[in-house]
Amino acid sequence: MKYIISDVMTITKRQLLQLARIPEVLVFSTIQPVMFVLLFRFVFGGSISTDQPGGYVQLLMPGIFVQTVAFTLAATAVGLAEDMKKGLIDRFRSLPISRGAVIIGRTFGDALLNILVLTVMAAAGYAVGWRPTSGGFSIFLAFLFLFMFGYALSWIGIYVGLAVKEARTVQSVGFLVTFPLTFLSNAFAPTTGMPRALQYFAEWNPVSTMVAACRQLFGLKNEFGATASSWPSQYPLETSLLYMVLLMAVFIPLSIRKYKNTSS
Amino acid sequence: MKSVIAEHLVKTYRNGEVKALDDLSLDVEEGTVLGVLGPNGAGKTTTVRILATLLKPDSGIATVAGIDVNKHPDKVRELIGLSGQYAAVDETLTGWDNLVMFGRLYHLGKAASIKRAEELLERFSLTDSARRPIKTYSGGMRRRLDLAASLIVQPKVLFLDEPTTGLDPRGRQEMWEVIQELVKGGVTLLLTTQYLEEADQLADEIAVIDHGKVIARGTSDALKKQVGGERLEITVENTDITKTQEIVSRISTSAIHTDIRTISAPVTTGSIALMEALRALDDAKIHPLDIALKRPSLDDVFLSLTGHVAEETVAEPVKKKKRGGKK
Repeated sequence: MKYIISDVMTITKRQLLQLARIPEVLVFSTIQPVMFVLLFRFVFGGSISTDQPGGYVQLLMPGIFVQTVAFTLAATAVGLAEDMKKGLIDRFRSLPISRGAVIIGRTFGDALLNILVLTVMAAAGYAVGWRPTSGGFSIFLAFLFLFMFGYALSWIGIYVGLAVKEARTVQSVGFLVTFPLTFLSNAFAPTTGMPRALQYFAEWNPVSTMVAACRQLFGLKNEFGATASSWPSQYPLETSLLYMVLLMAVFIPLSIRKYKNTSS
Repeated sequence: MKSVIAEHLVKTYRNGEVKALDDLSLDVEEGTVLGVLGPNGAGKTTTVRILATLLKPDSGIATVAGIDVNKHPDKVRELIGLSGQYAAVDETLTGWDNLVMFGRLYHLGKAASIKRAEELLERFSLTDSARRPIKTYSGGMRRRLDLAASLIVQPKVLFLDEPTTGLDPRGRQEMWEVIQELVKGGVTLLLTTQYLEEADQLADEIAVIDHGKVIARGTSDALKKQVGGERLEITVENTDITKTQEIVSRISTSAIHTDIRTISAPVTTGSIALMEALRALDDAKIHPLDIALKRPSLDDVFLSLTGHVAEETVAEPVKKKKRGGKK
């Protein structure tokens, strides 16, 4: 037990080393979100009207940030499933290392990668006109929220990876979960245009509350979806925080237990 | 002293539909090599996984170096090395990266991890490729690196699960040499294999398993004896067949078998029978094309023990799947 920190660090370091050995992964995991920024900014930006000062890109950026960190779920799950398939997890489990170190290390590695991805995206956003108007502390808090949201989802990814095992299936499951979540939300368009039933889903969707929270922290009026005046859209910061705590409280112990009992 | 003991291990999968281990018991004397020999699906990997703390048996007891694997898996993990069928190393990292990482996970200091990694790379002739990603290694090199990773801390007991499956003959030969080196160093080794020749080469004792049970065990020689003694085999020109049959019938006590020009018969006196035959043939002015004392191969052992040839067996559940059962 006394080695847990060094075990976790070793596993995290392994993931960073992987990035150093195959830099393509790093390049592509940052190109994709940047591409999304550019596509949405220039494809939808002209046709979605908003009276937001600064235009659509101000509303869009929080949405893209949240969508990108949401994909951490799939990234973590796929990475873990691949390790299991290759027998690496068996090797780790036969070593005298702390229970949980392997999966905690992986969530840290994926979280560190998110810091980099968010930084690159913020730069890309700035280049196409994104200008948060709140203070430095609020902006920092927004990124902290994004970071923590990605981390919480990473733990669902661990659980999915352990449960599904087959990397390709994991990938599909990951997309099947994250795509509806990110599009049935206020991230790219107002929820008020959706059918009534979907509106309820979209308002309670953690992606929406996160997007609303970030918009608030970046100094915007969250005009997409505020019309339903539901509790989560009125208190997006609190709701998002609650979601994150809830996710981690459920999935961390669940995943660690699953890891101990899993055999690939 | 027994370093590894497994008693009455039972393990079923899919809610009892597939019986992987069916009351399997075995043990390994300290400092010796036990070869666990069996076809695919016989339960070899399941046995190793239980002994290496990766899997809990449904029932039965297993101890490694006197420690119960179920009750104190953490303690067992400090004493064992495991190298599996697949090269379980990080393929995107280099050989050096991998060994240093495993050193750190065995809680060696940073400097000690590096030192140990370099020693092992040297010992397994991997120094030249140490800085290349494992992806670029040949199958044999991967296995050697995998084996090196299981030797970071001198393990008391080493488990090798099919260490040469899928290797080409050269890779296999290299692995055998490496393993023989290790054995000379006095490690206790449990090795599983589908290759009869491999068990014969590397193991002091062999446990033959089939359908999750040990069906025979003993030294390679003892197993061969169990199947039957030696056979005298003489190949001669067609014209000499009758005379040769006469000679052989004087030496052998049992039925003579003739296959085209080869006469073969069981003998009990080994090389004495061979010399007798040679002398008698010489007296009769017969020049044999070939003459040999054939000992039964482990293939024969397997065939006579299980009723099927080892290599041709396909993995199959002990109990047939129920209809409609999910895959």
